[in-house]
Amino acid sequence: MKTQKATTLLLAALLLPLGSYAASRDELLAQYALSAKAASPAFSGFSAARGEKLHVTKFAGGKAETPACTACHADSPRSAGRTPAGKSIEALAVSLTPARYTDPAKVEKWFKRNCNDVLGRECTPLEKGDWLSYMISQ
Amino acid sequence: MKIPFRPIALGLVVLLFSGVLLERAQAGGGHFFPPVADPLVREECGSCHLAFAPSMLPKSSWTRMMGDLKNHFGDDASIDTAKTERITRYLNANAADSGSQRNGSKFLRGVSMENGPLRITELPKWVSEHRGISPAEWKSKKVGSKANCVACHVDAERGYYDE
Ligand code: HEC
Ligand code: HEC
Ligand code: HEC
Repeated sequence: MKTQKATTLLLAALLLPLGSYAASRDELLAQYALSAKAASPAFSGFSAARGEKLHVTKFAGGKAETPACTACHADSPRSAGRTPAGKSIEALAVSLTPARYTDPAKVEKWFKRNCNDVLGRECTPLEKGDWLSYMISQ
Repeated sequence: MKIPFRPIALGLVVLLFSGVLLERAQAGGGHFFPPVADPLVREECGSCHLAFAPSMLPKSSWTRMMGDLKNHFGDDASIDTAKTERITRYLNANAADSGSQRNGSKFLRGVSMENGPLRITELPKWVSEHRGISPAEWKSKKVGSKANCVACHVDAERGYYDE
């Protein structure tokens, strides 16, 4: 009896951070959804499939060395990537790196830098929401 | 009289060991460059490349670099003003000419402290240490960039560059 209670408590303590990680990601997605809706009333939700396409597409508008997100982040979100200066980057898939996308300021900072590098412009809220949905699904 | 062999042996081992550590810290008179200890600096200056040791450049270099993070070697490394100021203070407090950095100042022999370069890889001492490396090696998949110190110095994150 007592051990069962202790186990439950322990489990709860272990799962609590995962739960709050998920909650902060949901909050961020909800914000992107509001902005996406404001930009286009036809908005009807994010799509992980569109997010995957954004992730692997080669664009011409950004820097020549980084035509796609996959230039630094590996081809698969489940693999580690590498920057041009050789620093390794942990996998983007939430299943492998559970703390990802839980600090909105960090997420926004990198969307700004990386979308400029790859597309030569900032990403739209729709693109950000799609891309995040893809990574959360991985 | 009974001689306490074990404590003596233990003491000897400890002495030997700390001697080895001391030796390592001072190896060859300068292979240790204290790594960045501040978590904010590690986060903001250590994602795209190794968080370079502040003792490898003088204050003038860090101040100039931190003054234009928007145009950082072709990248936008800009962050908010409060963070920028905190990082600038940290880098300057630990810079080669900060007074406490014996190794750094040796590494910077012949470099102007008032008008330091932006690149560690342009320091005369750095260039001469790496003269033996061929262009093909720099371009190899494993290295790719001179700034990829860790490709060759596996302990660079910990401040050691002697392999
Ligand atoms: C020039 C290399 C590079 C390219 C190209 C790149 N990224 Fe990144 N990205 C990084 C680095 C470095 C980080 C920070 C390290 C980390 O989070 O592990 C990062 C982090 C991120 C993060 C924040 C992750 C988090 O945990 O909060 C997002 C979001 C992101 N990238 C999106 C993108 C998207 C979208 C693209 C393509 C449009 C892209 N990246 C292309 C280098 C790159
Ligand atoms: C968005 C990515 C990014 C961030 C963030 C970043 N850097 Fe850099 N940094 C670069 C790139 C790219 C280079 C050029 C690397 C090369 O030559 O291959 C570079 C080069 C450098 C160099 C010169 C390396 C050499 O060749 O000797 C120093 C020093 C440096 N960065 C310090 C910093 C500091 C300090 C910060 C934090 C305020 C920082 N960097 C943050 C991308 C970044
Ligand atoms: C292609 C491999 C390679 C890369 C990349 C590289 N180094 Fe080196 N480095 C060497 C070799 C080889 C030596 C000379 C051998 C030795 O003295 O250990 C050396 C020597 C040094 C020394 C002198 C060490 C000593 O024991 O006297 C320092 C300091 C150093 N490198 C720092 C750096 C820094 C900082 C970077 C990144 C900005 C870097 N290196 C990148 C290969 C490399």
